[in-house]
Amino acid sequence: MLEINDLHAGIGDREILRGITLRVKAGEVHAVMGPNGSGKSTLAQVLAGNPSYQVTQGTVTYNGQNLLEMDPEVRAQNGIFLAFQYPVEIPGVSIAYFLRSAYNEIRKAKGMEEIDPLEFLDLVEEKLKLVDMDQSMLSRSVNAGFSGGEKKRNEIFQMAVLSPRLAILDETDSGLDIDALRIVAQGVNTLRSPENATIVVTHYQRLLNYIIPDFVHVIANGRIVKSGGKELALELEEKGYDWLQNVDAGAGAVA
Amino acid sequence: MAAYRADFERQPVAPDWLQSLRAKGMARFEALGFPTMKNEDWHFTSVAPIAERIFRAAMTSKTGVSSEGSTAGMVAGADLKRFTFDQPTWHTLVFVNGEFSEDLSSYAGVGNKIRVSSLAKAIRSGVGRPERHLGKIAGFDNHAFTALNTAFIRDGAFIELQADTVIDAPIHLIFVSEGRGESISHPRNLIVAARNSRASIIESYICVRDTPYFTNAVTEISLGEGARLDHYKLQRESEKSFHVGTTQIRQARDSQLHSFSFAVGGLLARTNIYTCLEGDGATCTLNGLYLADGVQHIDNQTSIEHIAANCPSHEVYKGVLDGRSHGVFNGKVYVHPEAQKTDGKQSNNNLLLSPTARVDTKPQLEIFADDVKCTHGATVGRLDEMAMFYLNSRGIGPETARTLLTYAFAADVLETIELEAMKTELEKMVLARFAGTAAA
Repeated sequence: MLEINDLHAGIGDREILRGITLRVKAGEVHAVMGPNGSGKSTLAQVLAGNPSYQVTQGTVTYNGQNLLEMDPEVRAQNGIFLAFQYPVEIPGVSIAYFLRSAYNEIRKAKGMEEIDPLEFLDLVEEKLKLVDMDQSMLSRSVNAGFSGGEKKRNEIFQMAVLSPRLAILDETDSGLDIDALRIVAQGVNTLRSPENATIVVTHYQRLLNYIIPDFVHVIANGRIVKSGGKELALELEEKGYDWLQNVDAGAGAVA
Repeated sequence: MAAYRADFERQPVAPDWLQSLRAKGMARFEALGFPTMKNEDWHFTSVAPIAERIFRAAMTSKTGVSSEGSTAGMVAGADLKRFTFDQPTWHTLVFVNGEFSEDLSSYAGVGNKIRVSSLAKAIRSGVGRPERHLGKIAGFDNHAFTALNTAFIRDGAFIELQADTVIDAPIHLIFVSEGRGESISHPRNLIVAARNSRASIIESYICVRDTPYFTNAVTEISLGEGARLDHYKLQRESEKSFHVGTTQIRQARDSQLHSFSFAVGGLLARTNIYTCLEGDGATCTLNGLYLADGVQHIDNQTSIEHIAANCPSHEVYKGVLDGRSHGVFNGKVYVHPEAQKTDGKQSNNNLLLSPTARVDTKPQLEIFADDVKCTHGATVGRLDEMAMFYLNSRGIGPETARTLLTYAFAADVLETIELEAMKTELEKMVLARFAGTAAA
């Protein structure tokens, strides 16, 4: 589904990703871990198409297409979803309006008719339950005045409604208490399927107690320095990241 | 100037009091001349395009060729439909080129505690004695356009609410310019709300032809003790036209003014809302939204004069400027020495959608009392890039995202509109206004 080859990217003159290579197949869950400033969030932003970042080298192929040539909305219309680390507040636009616009734009791109508003409401109500949110939420402005936990749940709620093929969760666990963490994880697990893939970007191992990954990758200094199975996450929890920062990065980058 | 004098001389004879008021207006206009940019009130707006043109008195039933002997023949009810918010219960008074049209108006159910008539009729019959107020609220010593309007007082709406009268359905005054040639009209309105009365009044300025006509309107409002008026001014003139409109209000003790000004039309448009808080406990809320694109120049000036004590005044004006348009906001809050315990809040926020759009904002606070709480602020910004990316990442393309964020910017001022049908319609207008204009 996703093939990243020798990806270099950064902001302005500052290179943050220095040669990422990663393959994600349908049905898989990949965890991308690493210390602060390692480049894991940059990877998430670059995959979603944030124009603040420039790709300087490498390729990314998504379902056989050149992902880097797609505008961010085209990526979303093709099934990519980024759950933001810092969801943006948009006072004045209700969640219902925002989400219906997004849903319809994605349908339009597929050559489908706009959804009937009542049918949409049914869909949305079902997904609200998944993240344990009240219907009154729909009339609130997007993320405006939300607590940290509400913002993260709102991201998972949007993901549930838009049902992406490739979901990228950027530090969705940060700032969540254990109950919220469980709700978020439950949402993600419900959406897992053989057709979909998930990339979970996280600093801590604890989310991975609830979302069990097939693969774990460790990023340091803009490169993947180690890849392994779910047990690698436990090893990181025990030993921290320091032992990996000293590993020769070049060796780990070539998978 | 000579053309205005000629048209002034040509006016039909009126009662003595009006002849004398008009003459004072004309004399003052001739003495002042059109304001230049050296005039502090016009610092960011050049009225040269108005001064250099020769606008002639707009055709009316008296001068026109309409077969029905009425200006109604020049504008049909169907032309007005899209401006009436589809609200058949609202009372509607229609003025064509400044002249009242009985045929296009409907206000039969307004009740007998309210006097609703055309000013022309009141002048002719003397009923309601409009001379008690006319020219006494909207001063023209230093306001050339008000002086010019005063020189040509002839028609407009005259609404008088008796004490304790509450009118539920809004009264909608529609000023339609038929826009044939470079013509001018001078609508003059008078609203007198007695003690504890309450009403919603809308003034819509619209056109049926996209031509360079000029509307020079003045509305005078007197609010008695405890009276409440919700006043909406919707300036939706042709984008080739010129509009100068002044609404001037005097507020007695405990009266409430809720003013909303919406300005989207005009090549060159200026809206003045001036209120005087003359009695203790009077309150005013002045909200506004202006949207401009192309080469439009939309200027808003407000003045809140705190004369009495214990008066709160709240003001929020927002502007969205696209293309090469130019927006201006000038808001004065003047607190007199006796106006202790004044609570004044004023803000002006602007969103620039293109690199060539421009805005000049000048909030002014002058305080001569010592026990007051006043704040003011102004911002000029562009669309938030992170918000843009957030919407894009959900599949919403740049054009729709831009429309949505522009709408979001304006949402809170629109939210203050209490007339649901109007709010919905204006929201739609804001959404449609900047749709599809994003740079490719």
